[in-house]
Amino acid sequence: MSTAVGEMTNHDHHHHAPSGFTRWLFTTNHKEIGSLYLWFSFIMFLVGGSMAMVIRAELFEPGLQLVDPHFFNQMTTVHGLVMVFGAVMPAFVGLANWMIPLMIGAPDMALPRMNNWSFWILPFAFMILLGSLFMDGGGPAFGWTFYAPLSTTYSTDSTALFVFSVHIMGISSIMGAINVIVTVMNMRAPGMTYMKMPMFVWTWFVTAFLLIAVMPVLACAATMVLTDKYFGTSFFDAAGGGDPVLFQHIFWFFGHPEVYIMILPSFGIVSAIIPAFSRKKLFGYSSMVYATGAIAGLSFLVWAHHMFTTGMPVGAEIFFMYATMLISVPTGVKVFNWVATMWRGSISFETPMLFAMAFVVLFTIGGFSGLMLAITPADFQYHDSYFVVAHFHYVLVSGAVFSIMAAAYYWLPKWTGHMYDEKLGRLHFWCSLISVNVLFFPMHFVGLAGMPRRIPDYALQFADINQIVSYGAFAFGLSQLIFLWVLIKCVRGGEKAPDKPWEGAEGLEWTVPSPAPLHTFETPPEVK
Amino acid sequence: MNTPSPKQNPTPRAANARTVRRLLIVVVGMFGFGFALVPLYEVFCDITGFNGRTKNEQAVVNQRSIDKSRTINVQFITRINQGMPWEFRPEVRSVRVHPGETKVVQFYAKNLTDQDMVAQAVPSVAPGQAGLYLNKTECFCFNQQPLAAGSETLMPMQFYLDPDIPKHIHTLTLSYTMYDMTAHTHPDVLASIKAEPTAE
Amino acid sequence: MSIRLISALIAVAPFAASAQSQLNMTQGVSEISQRVYDLHMTIFYICCVIGLIVFGIMFASMILHRKSKGHQPATFHENVKVEIIWTAIPFIILVGMAIPATKTLIAMEDTSESDVTIIVTGSQWKWHYKYFDRDVEYYSLLATPQEQINNRLQKGENYLLEVDRPLVIPTDRKVRFLVTSDDVIHSWWVPDFAIKKDANPGFINEIWTKVEQPGIYRGQCAELCGKDHGFMPIVVIAKEPEEFAAWLDEQEALALEAKAEEQRLLALSMSKDELMSLGESVYLGNCAACHQPNGEGIPGVFPSLKGTDMILNDRAAHIDIVVNGKRGTAMQAFGSQLSLRELAAVITYERNAWGNNTGDLVQAADVNEFLNR
Repeated sequence: MSTAVGEMTNHDHHHHAPSGFTRWLFTTNHKEIGSLYLWFSFIMFLVGGSMAMVIRAELFEPGLQLVDPHFFNQMTTVHGLVMVFGAVMPAFVGLANWMIPLMIGAPDMALPRMNNWSFWILPFAFMILLGSLFMDGGGPAFGWTFYAPLSTTYSTDSTALFVFSVHIMGISSIMGAINVIVTVMNMRAPGMTYMKMPMFVWTWFVTAFLLIAVMPVLACAATMVLTDKYFGTSFFDAAGGGDPVLFQHIFWFFGHPEVYIMILPSFGIVSAIIPAFSRKKLFGYSSMVYATGAIAGLSFLVWAHHMFTTGMPVGAEIFFMYATMLISVPTGVKVFNWVATMWRGSISFETPMLFAMAFVVLFTIGGFSGLMLAITPADFQYHDSYFVVAHFHYVLVSGAVFSIMAAAYYWLPKWTGHMYDEKLGRLHFWCSLISVNVLFFPMHFVGLAGMPRRIPDYALQFADINQIVSYGAFAFGLSQLIFLWVLIKCVRGGEKAPDKPWEGAEGLEWTVPSPAPLHTFETPPEVK
Repeated sequence: MNTPSPKQNPTPRAANARTVRRLLIVVVGMFGFGFALVPLYEVFCDITGFNGRTKNEQAVVNQRSIDKSRTINVQFITRINQGMPWEFRPEVRSVRVHPGETKVVQFYAKNLTDQDMVAQAVPSVAPGQAGLYLNKTECFCFNQQPLAAGSETLMPMQFYLDPDIPKHIHTLTLSYTMYDMTAHTHPDVLASIKAEPTAE
Repeated sequence: MSIRLISALIAVAPFAASAQSQLNMTQGVSEISQRVYDLHMTIFYICCVIGLIVFGIMFASMILHRKSKGHQPATFHENVKVEIIWTAIPFIILVGMAIPATKTLIAMEDTSESDVTIIVTGSQWKWHYKYFDRDVEYYSLLATPQEQINNRLQKGENYLLEVDRPLVIPTDRKVRFLVTSDDVIHSWWVPDFAIKKDANPGFINEIWTKVEQPGIYRGQCAELCGKDHGFMPIVVIAKEPEEFAAWLDEQEALALEAKAEEQRLLALSMSKDELMSLGESVYLGNCAACHQPNGEGIPGVFPSLKGTDMILNDRAAHIDIVVNGKRGTAMQAFGSQLSLRELAAVITYERNAWGNNTGDLVQAADVNEFLNR
């Protein structure tokens, strides 16, 4: 580790500048690593998306048509893992790599060599995970939450590979998080005080602390599953004095902060884009910072709201219900601030802004269903039904993923030096917006009507809505090919982008040329 | 162009190394915390009666007076973990006790196989809160139970309910699940089973 | 009147039977489920109002304050008073929501003074019901035929929500369920009662209901429990208390009779054809989910029975594994789930189907002998 520390002083790579694959394999440049992360996450988004297509194709009609239930379970499991750890989180790390040094006026990330490592172990983690699908007995089939004892005594031998890949993903995330924290703490340009940092840097800074706090706990849970299955321990086995519910406590102690890990950077992105296209400063910057901290802090106190049906004493249920409801206060503050930022601005509707506004509305809908889920008595009905599936896809797809797309459109000119095709961008937006709602909104209804999640076949009264949902899913999946097209087109050429393509944008990243040269801010800028 | 700016960070290497060290301590600490959750959870369960777990250790004999004004129905459920060829049942389905009153209930077990076996009974109480007030002064669940091939036994469980048991608890269910621990038992222990007269 | 008639006619059609509840949570058939529904609707409406206000303001500014209309941006970017107000108001709304929610929750968790206690045990992938205080217990299995699931037959009205032996409970009585599991975690969910509780192996959980109307209520396992998680439904029949008491007595008598009948039949040997045809139906109902109808299993998950060494060569081990199961795997002990005749038939079937052709016949007496050795 210590050899990686302080590598930033050493970056004279333009003298040897290897080409081809080795250039990418050995790069320690934050922009190149950022691009690697972003492309990797996009590939994983398509891989996880195709698994979702398999799921929706099987659920298109009642009855078993395409896959057997065991394979269906593998699809839901791996879809979840790939999307969470392969698509959303690496995309945020990629954005952090690209943008944080540019936003705080640093020449690079603080630990460039570790940065290279944290990326390059990721493809191996996912090769192991995806490879396990081809084993005898298939890959993990116990849900991305891998509840014991389904994942211990009753799982197939791919569990060892699953645990190994989760460990690698965790190490990668922890290294990425350490890098962000060190960069933000030690590499800010003179005059860039904490309370002057852009919201994206702030939210990522808080996210990084969440990551180093909870990824080790996930590693614990995975390790205990491994030892329970292979080494005769009984953490989760009642026969040896263990308790399967303990697994859920450990998992959700990680799992709930994890969902904020996947949404806080989105808040930062949206807090950059909405002011830019409203041509007005972000409303309530400091309350935004405090709200971010409050959400992060509260996220450690609410984990058991995922477990209301496991049989808790009523006092614990009441505590976790109240704590969960409380989270909606700082979250509400954020939404109000975004709306107040738009209010009496001078709004234009380029693609990044369209995605950011859709984020505000759809994420808020996800927040409402989250609030409903917090109400324990009602949660007994919602829990493990499609209502939950609808809820977290609203928050993660039309929330996190939409914000990543907004970020991509917003910063593409800076990354590539070309303007993206605005017409295609808008087409991508409208196709995504409509299809994502056709896909996820009706899920609320089947959930309320009593359809459990993670089932490959369902009763006839759910058939109509499932068919609509599947149409939405296919449309949403196809819409993302437009995105791929826009990206490739933009990388290969297009209208030359000025240094600051967006009239109302603010921040140091717009003071460097477009495309951003490999080395920026070698002489730190002066921030007033 | 490659020289780091001295203004920006006087000793970036040292500063970064220090921050990284601190963060690594957090990471290692949280990894330890994850494992510490296991004993913490035990303590938490013992205090709150989470998940219907009961203190699986010997309680002191009741010193306090019996609360004759209340009667609580104590039900017994026995279950055998799947695939374990034993018979296991309480001699009575339920008893009515006053808080503070000591009762003994016999449980019958029979090993239906032609192999010596060792079993462990795991208790669970519903409602979970009631588990806090169930005191066992003697129980077969404190230890593993060896039973020779084909033999049978009566196992006693002596208990009393704490007189402080909340007023709203009228029924308490105690469940025992019998698990086969033979595979986890030392061969010497298994060999010694036959010598002991287990059947009554 | 005619509208009622028409709607009643429509209700007969399989789809429309649940049309009212197709888009929303059911109001259910107990006081608690009604309260849960009311709570759900109240919070839903509150969310709608907040959403209308927030999105309304947002859309207003999208329309009024657009650059294309030449709107000039204002410069304000903070206002402490406003920020305090919109932190405080949601907090007050939350307190308003928390009060009824807490009351309902406390009522739901009060399992005391119940009239009937039923032990519900989940296992892969069926439910087992046992009436405490009575000698009545049985497994409840999915009754939908494989042909319907595989789209070879028209799907019935209650596709995937039908079982061979439903749970029967009395109306107007407080019924307490003790929920537990034999293997992995399951979750017992009947939407009409607004109860869902996890079945944790080794531990018992409590829930209760008091059903107001007689009827048939359906639910499903709600916690992913392996391959056939989607195929372990719950059906509960609520009967008037007198009817229920009579039913329970009858079941107890039937169980005793069946036991006696079984002993009597021990002396009778079944022919190979009888064994094979009974065996096939038992196999398809209990074994095919894992070992597959063709006996080949799923490699790496469920072992094949075709040409397997144990089946071809070790008859005693074969009987043992069917009767006692295999610990720590999905292979359950069927000794307590099937009758002696059924056990004998399914073992015979496995020893002679798919080209196994051992020619072996296992009779009920053989199984009985194994049990009493």
